[in-house]
Amino acid sequence: MTLRRFGRRNPTIVIGALLLLLVTAAAIAAPLIAGDPLLITPVDRLLPPSEKYWLGTDHLGRDVYARAVFGARISLLVGVAVAAVSVVVGLGIGLAAGYWRQVDAVVMRFMDGMMAIPAILLAIALVSLNRASVFIVVVAISLPEIPRVVRLVRSVVLTVREMPYIEAAVSGGSRGRKIVIRHILPSTVAPLIVQATYIAASAILIEAGLSFLGAGVPPEIPTWGNMIASSRLFVARAPWTIFAPGTLLALVVLAVNLVGDGLRDLLDVRLARRM
Amino acid sequence: MTEPVVAVQGLQKYFPVQRGILRRTVATVRAVDGVTLAIAPGETLCLVGESGCGKSTVGRLILRLMQPTGGRILLRGTDVTTLGEAAMRPHRRHAQMVFQDPYASLNPRLTAGMIVGEPLENYDDMAGADRRAKVAALLERVGLRAEAMHKYAFEFSGGQRQRLGIARALALDPGLIVADEAVSALDVSVQAQVLNLLMDLQEERGIAYLFISHDLGVVEHIGHRIAVMYLGQIVELAPKATIFAAPLHPYTEALIAAAPIPDPRARTERIVLEGDIPSAMNPPSGCRFHTRCPIAVARCRTEAPLLRQVAAGHAVACHLRP
Repeated sequence: MTLRRFGRRNPTIVIGALLLLLVTAAAIAAPLIAGDPLLITPVDRLLPPSEKYWLGTDHLGRDVYARAVFGARISLLVGVAVAAVSVVVGLGIGLAAGYWRQVDAVVMRFMDGMMAIPAILLAIALVSLNRASVFIVVVAISLPEIPRVVRLVRSVVLTVREMPYIEAAVSGGSRGRKIVIRHILPSTVAPLIVQATYIAASAILIEAGLSFLGAGVPPEIPTWGNMIASSRLFVARAPWTIFAPGTLLALVVLAVNLVGDGLRDLLDVRLARRM
Repeated sequence: MTEPVVAVQGLQKYFPVQRGILRRTVATVRAVDGVTLAIAPGETLCLVGESGCGKSTVGRLILRLMQPTGGRILLRGTDVTTLGEAAMRPHRRHAQMVFQDPYASLNPRLTAGMIVGEPLENYDDMAGADRRAKVAALLERVGLRAEAMHKYAFEFSGGQRQRLGIARALALDPGLIVADEAVSALDVSVQAQVLNLLMDLQEERGIAYLFISHDLGVVEHIGHRIAVMYLGQIVELAPKATIFAAPLHPYTEALIAAAPIPDPRARTERIVLEGDIPSAMNPPSGCRFHTRCPIAVARCRTEAPLLRQVAAGHAVACHLRP
C-alpha cells in the first residue's frame, strides 16, 4: 500500500500524525528555533505580535512564541510518560488479574478504589507533600489512569482465556506464565495502543489544568497551563498571550485523539478481516 | 488384559448455577453424573449423544482441563483425579486433544511451527534445529509440507488446520488422543481424509482414541466400541457391530433410526422422540430417559436403572431390555 493510498483511506491518522510530528519536531528543536523563554524584558511587556516577537509578549515581557514552543516539551513529555507508565503498570496487573482468578478479586476491588480518586486532588496532595516536579505530576496523573487500563486488559484476557487454543496450550503442558505471555498478551496490544492515545490526550489536558491551578510542574518551567493561568488577568488587553497556548493545547489534544480514532478503526478492520 | 490407557470410575461434574451479587448457588447442572469407562491401548471408543449430554465434558475431565466433582480418573494406572497443576504436568503428555473448531483451536498469531513445536519445547526441551526437524517430520506425517511451518495458522484451510491440530497432539507421542467432534466442522470429503489419517496413525503408533461425536456415520467408520450418553450418563456401551445390529436401549434405537442413510430408496422405520432433552439442572426421576421413552412403564419413573452387563462387552441401562 502506497503512502498516498494509506492517507486517502485513513485521513484522520495522517492529519493527526502530521500535526504531532510538527509539534514534536518544534519541541525537540526548541533551543534552535526559539529564543530564551525565561528572559524577562519589562520594557517590552504586553506587546502585540510583531517581527521581533512573533506571538507577542506577556506581562513580564517574555516571548510568547518561545514560551509556547518550550511549553510543548512539557505537554508532550507528560502525555507520553503518563501513557507509558499507566499502560505498562496496568498491563501487568490486568494480565495477572484476568488469568489468575485468586488475584482478581483482591486486585479489582483495590482498582475500584483507585478509580474514585480524581487526578487533580491527588496531584494537589502529592505536590503539597513533595516539591513540585514533572515526575510528581506524571505519577499523579498516571495513578488514576491505571485502573482503566487494568479493566481493559482484564476484559481482553477474560475473553481470550476461554479460546480453545488456550486449552490446547494447557494440554500441551505450557505453564501459566507462558500462556499469558505467548497466547494472551499479543491480543491486548491493539486495544492498548488505542487506549494509550486517549490516555496521552487526557494527560496533556490534566497537566495543563494542574499547571493552571499552580499544582503542576514548578512555575519557572513554561507550560501551556501556567501560560494560560498567568495570562488570564490580561486577556482583555493582550489576548495573544492566551491565544497561543490555548490553540496549541486544543490542536495537540485533537491531533492525538485523531490518531487514536484512526488507529481504532484501522486495527478493528484488520482484526475483522483476519478472523 | 493390558492396562487401559485411561479408566474413569463414577466420574461426575456438577456446575453450580450462581445468581445475584452474593453468587449464591441456586441450582446445579449435572453435566456428567456417574460415568465409568476404560479405553485399551490402540482402541477407539466413541462417545455419542445429542448436544448437551455431557460428552465433551467427559473428554475435558479426562484431560484434567476441568476439575471433576467426583469419581476417579486413572491415566495409565495412575490416579490423577486430584493432582495439582504442577503434579499433573508430567501426566499431560500421555493424553492429548484434537479440538472441534479448527479455527479457534489454533492461535492466529503464531506460525504452524510454533504451534506444533510448543509441546516439544515444554516437555523435551527441544530447541533450534532439533525441534525444526521434529516439527517438519510431524507436519509431513499428517500430510502437510514441511515448509508450512513458517506459515501462520490463518493461512491454512479448515482441513489443513485440523491436520495441524493433529500434528500438535501427536508431538508428544501420547497413548491417548481425545478427539472432540474432530471432523464435524469439516466438509464431508475432508472428513474422510482426516478420519483415515487418524486411523492410519492408530495402526502405526497404537494410539487410543476417545472419539466424541454426534455423527453415527463417522462413528461407524472409525469406532471399535461405542458408548451412548444421555443426560450425563452412559445408557449403553457395546462393540460397534453390536450397537448397530442389535441396539438394546430405546434411546440408542432412536439415534440409529434417525441417522441418515445414503440411499434415497431406502425406507426405514423412523422412531421420533417426543419433546426436548430435559434440563440437566433438574433431571427426571428414575430413568432419565423415561420422559421421552416409547416403552416406559411405571417402574421407570421411580427407579433408576443401573448400567448392567447383558453379554460379553455389552452393557445397557434399561429395566425392560433385554
